[in-house]
Amino acid sequence: MTYSPIDRAAAKTPDGVARRIRGLSDRTIAWIFVAPTIFLLLAVNIFPLIWTIRLSFTNFRVNRPNNAVEWVGLRNYERILTDPDVWNTMQATAHFLIWTITLQVLIGFTLAYLINKKFRGNDLWTTIIVFPMMLSPAVVGNFWTFLYQPQIGLFNYVVAFFTGVDPASFSMIGDVHLAPWAIVIADTWMWTPFVMLICLAGLRSIPDSIYEAAECDRASKWRQFWTITIPMALPFLMLAVLFRGIENFKMFDLVVQLTGGGPGNTTTLTSIDLKREAFEKWRTGYSSAYAVILFVTVFGLASIYVKALNKVKER
Amino acid sequence: MIMFISTFLSGLVRFRRGSWEMLATVLIAMGVVMLMQPFLLVLYSYSFIVTLVGTVMFIIVSHFPE
Repeated sequence: MTYSPIDRAAAKTPDGVARRIRGLSDRTIAWIFVAPTIFLLLAVNIFPLIWTIRLSFTNFRVNRPNNAVEWVGLRNYERILTDPDVWNTMQATAHFLIWTITLQVLIGFTLAYLINKKFRGNDLWTTIIVFPMMLSPAVVGNFWTFLYQPQIGLFNYVVAFFTGVDPASFSMIGDVHLAPWAIVIADTWMWTPFVMLICLAGLRSIPDSIYEAAECDRASKWRQFWTITIPMALPFLMLAVLFRGIENFKMFDLVVQLTGGGPGNTTTLTSIDLKREAFEKWRTGYSSAYAVILFVTVFGLASIYVKALNKVKER
Repeated sequence: MIMFISTFLSGLVRFRRGSWEMLATVLIAMGVVMLMQPFLLVLYSYSFIVTLVGTVMFIIVSHFPE
């Protein structure tokens, strides 16, 4: 007779312990299994959050641990919310958010609509389009830095080919007007496939019978698109917007690799500014307040996202 | 439109989740827009409190009855 590892472990359990386990209720056993996860969540997520909120009301600096920590009340929040430089950073983030989401949704939905048509090599094209999403943001950042080089960059030569301007006459990442667009283009290139995949899932969930019924009613393709395709794919589009909105609000790695926040502060997004305050200027209390502001904003957006997700589930 | 406003207001008075969640969502959206708009510094200054009120309200009202 063969014994499984569970049987062998049970046989080795001392009688006293075995008797005690046998006496436990299902609820207690469930708690024993869940407790390590809850403990980890408390230690890794909840405790740092509470500690950050506490630090946001102090003038604590992590590089001066021996200095006396003073309670400054709402002064950190007041400074952040009246600082024109932080306001500019928020605007740079807004520019990045609005344009990346608009372009990604438009291009992503168009690609999904085309891929959804049955044609030869459909799967191959899907794989090719999805490829940028699989790369690391650091790799994409470096890759686009080379593409944007005024002397050797392919991007400048492509623009020169279509517009006739000298490729060395402009620098995408060195010009204050062009740099915000440089990060928008790189992020759009990387994350449009993600939006496309979500839209594709939405388009593939529409039953053919609805289109067949519309054909019977002699509805034009244009009308079918606006009255069937768009309304039925809308929850998925909305999800894509919220996913990308929350992700891009926290964007850090790609932009740091590409422009480092420059030239000047034109591409300094909130996460980059926060990192500078926390780990270059070492203003821990101030940066904690900054982090709390961003957290509440992202949490608020996430709440709306959860509500939208529930509506999608209901459908 | 009138029907919608009347349903919304009656939901608020009777503490129904739908209306209150909508109000909280509007506050959060307003807060985010105020945070990122490039026109008035004073709107930016009050953006956090609006978002915070909306978010806290959303957490509380999600426990209201449907």
